[in-house]
Amino acid sequence: MIRHDVVVVGGGLAGLRAAIGLSEQWDVAVISKVHPVRSHSGAAQGGINAALGNAPEGRDDSPQRHAFETVKGSDYLADQSAVARMCELAPETVYELEHFGAPFSRFADGTIAQRPFGGAGFPRACYAADRTGHVLLQTLYEQAVKRQIKVYDEWSLVRIAVEDDRCHGLIVYDLKRGRFEAVAARLCVLATGGYGRIYRNSTNALINTGSGVGAALLAGVPLKDLEFVQFHPTTQFGTNILITEGARGEGGYLMNKSGRRFMADYAPNSMELAPRDIVARAIQTEIGQGRGFEGGYVHLDLRHLGRKTIVQRLPGIRQICLDFGGIDPVEQPIPVQPGQHYSMGGIDTDATGRTRVGNLYAAGECACVSVHGANRLGGNSLLETIVFGRLVADAINARRGEAGPEPSESVLQGNLKKVTEHVGRLLARAGGVPHHQIAERLKGVLTEKVGIFRNEADLAEAVAAIGTLQEQYRAVRPRTPLRPFNTEILHVLELEGLLYLGEITSRGALARRESRGSHFRTDYPQRDDAHWLKHTIARLDGDEVQLSYAPVDTALYAPQERTY
Amino acid sequence: MRPKNGPTRPYQFEILRYDPAAGAPPRFRAYALQPAGRMSVLEALLRIQAEHDPSLAFRYSCRGAVCGSCAMSINGKLNLACRVLLENLPETRVVLEPLPRFEILRDLVVDMEPFWKRYERVRPWLHAQIGQGKESRMSPAERERFDQYVNCILCGLCVAACPVSSLREGFAGPAALAKLYRFLADPRENRGSGALEQENGEHGVWGCRAIGRCIEVCPKDVRPTDGIAGAKRKLLVERLKGLAGRKPHEV
Repeated sequence: MIRHDVVVVGGGLAGLRAAIGLSEQWDVAVISKVHPVRSHSGAAQGGINAALGNAPEGRDDSPQRHAFETVKGSDYLADQSAVARMCELAPETVYELEHFGAPFSRFADGTIAQRPFGGAGFPRACYAADRTGHVLLQTLYEQAVKRQIKVYDEWSLVRIAVEDDRCHGLIVYDLKRGRFEAVAARLCVLATGGYGRIYRNSTNALINTGSGVGAALLAGVPLKDLEFVQFHPTTQFGTNILITEGARGEGGYLMNKSGRRFMADYAPNSMELAPRDIVARAIQTEIGQGRGFEGGYVHLDLRHLGRKTIVQRLPGIRQICLDFGGIDPVEQPIPVQPGQHYSMGGIDTDATGRTRVGNLYAAGECACVSVHGANRLGGNSLLETIVFGRLVADAINARRGEAGPEPSESVLQGNLKKVTEHVGRLLARAGGVPHHQIAERLKGVLTEKVGIFRNEADLAEAVAAIGTLQEQYRAVRPRTPLRPFNTEILHVLELEGLLYLGEITSRGALARRESRGSHFRTDYPQRDDAHWLKHTIARLDGDEVQLSYAPVDTALYAPQERTY
Repeated sequence: MRPKNGPTRPYQFEILRYDPAAGAPPRFRAYALQPAGRMSVLEALLRIQAEHDPSLAFRYSCRGAVCGSCAMSINGKLNLACRVLLENLPETRVVLEPLPRFEILRDLVVDMEPFWKRYERVRPWLHAQIGQGKESRMSPAERERFDQYVNCILCGLCVAACPVSSLREGFAGPAALAKLYRFLADPRENRGSGALEQENGEHGVWGCRAIGRCIEVCPKDVRPTDGIAGAKRKLLVERLKGLAGRKPHEV
């Protein structure tokens, strides 16, 4: 059996930063379903927030302003002490990345360049052109190589071995060999990213199937706030590939088909740089009321920025437009539509990344601390990955001298046996609906019924439809045996978790009779702090989803009306 | 502008299938596909896998040409499968093969280990004191000097295209050497003179014949040969400096 002190699942930014922080004191290994540099963190474009005050108009910025704007952006659902800590650590986090070698873009005085982003009063997003995630992922992977951190790539998490409320390790699928393995670890960190692929119209990488969040739920770990789903206002029409908020940060306009900058009607002060939930609703409203272009999109117009700015600061999205849309934003406006982008919800953790199960931690998009509440500000997700990757490592390092019990081999063997027997039964089945049809239907349900604008009838239909899909899943049958690089069994196993995540998202949204941040109920359009200023907690009881609620930390800022 | 509805013609895919464990030699299998609207080669592969043959193996992640997973040969041309739209292909017959110059593990999946070994060989990290305090200052012009190398997504297309890579066992290859130069050209880098010594040979920078296939295939507009030429210049300058510092009889 493979054994390590600490196993980190996920080779993106949160996982790599955690592993780097752990590598000096522990025998740490990273398990990743793809090679780390293929992780979805690399697709982040616009920037990472830190109140460095490098821009002339940003001199008065401070971690406190950053924290307040994050809380306001979250529609007051974020836990304020955790937000304050993240924003306080942001400057040193960015400096550390720079010292690691991250090639940030520079201002003329040689400092790290910063651009305006939505919901922020100052230019706070530190960037490397529009490839910020790419350069950070490369940099952290370089640091992992330097430290000779052991990486098991093309290994996928299948089950978390939990017994007596304690994690003993993991059951994983080794794609290269086509077989299941048990991995024993004293401590495990989940950094598996989001689960955007429960939606059809997602900016997420195709690999973002929520395997970590699903496995956590199945292992009895509570999840939090899954009904809060971020729709990015500007995704490329048709492909839903992300077109960075940085395009608006650099001065891009949103235009409807009459050529009007319609954000004046929704957020007259912030215009295109209102937070994402507000801009996404504005675009969807324009499209819904017939002011979009045929097919359902609006224009993101960058032409007035000029070739030089576009080529220097937004080369990545220009390339995306050329490759996938056949247009050059220097000469033509970009057709954009909102699309699923980010999962605010995730595995319920405290401010040090601890889950509710012993020896199991989570960081990054798969976790819900919550620092984003009901709506994440652009530039805060990269920040969260690095800050909480580090904080999880700090928390685990503080346990170095602790005499904990060793992981139980028999628990792990028992879990491995259960998985292989389950898979054996799946493979022996006859008939059944192909898994990809169930997955496609799930995406259809979420996209059509649990989107930007929600209502009681749609959400109830979504819950019922997902119930039907779960029935169909009971008869699912993989068509290929376990062989090296056969991915089908993984798709089948992940689908169980995806269906639950879809169900919890829909149930949470149905129950929450208010509108807050990204969760907008047309039948309950107001925020209702008296009843709903609380987190949704979901857990499995047998195969039933149970919802309960938990208080929000509002220690610093009293909830106010949110205007932009 | 809106996505075109795309051609309504069916496409004929011929995909190289290979399973070393099965003992049979690689062979092409044909699949017919009717695209619904605009579709990339990667999307076509995903549909073939879902609807026709779940055992078809290929790599993917981002589908937006930023992760570098899906490099392969498409009608003999090397590219990322996600980046090639069917409507831009000259004909409806599409031949898909794994990256040349790499060992095939299964179907379109190749062994990237030798690629990563070469990457690790150039010690691809910033050699600098990891300090406390604020950022080290760097002018926009200094940052611009290594910008193109920063954009590399390590997809392996350049190595697959490089004629030297197949001829010379152990040649570092364009991706690793471009990565090395990314650090050499970074004003913060401090690996000291002699840092290039390991790649000072035919297995390293001098193996490059500046043929430029790497430039042609790079999906991110990186020009690895520029970096390799820069590394060669650095070696020559160091050599000249070395000569200048010695007495005539030592030269």
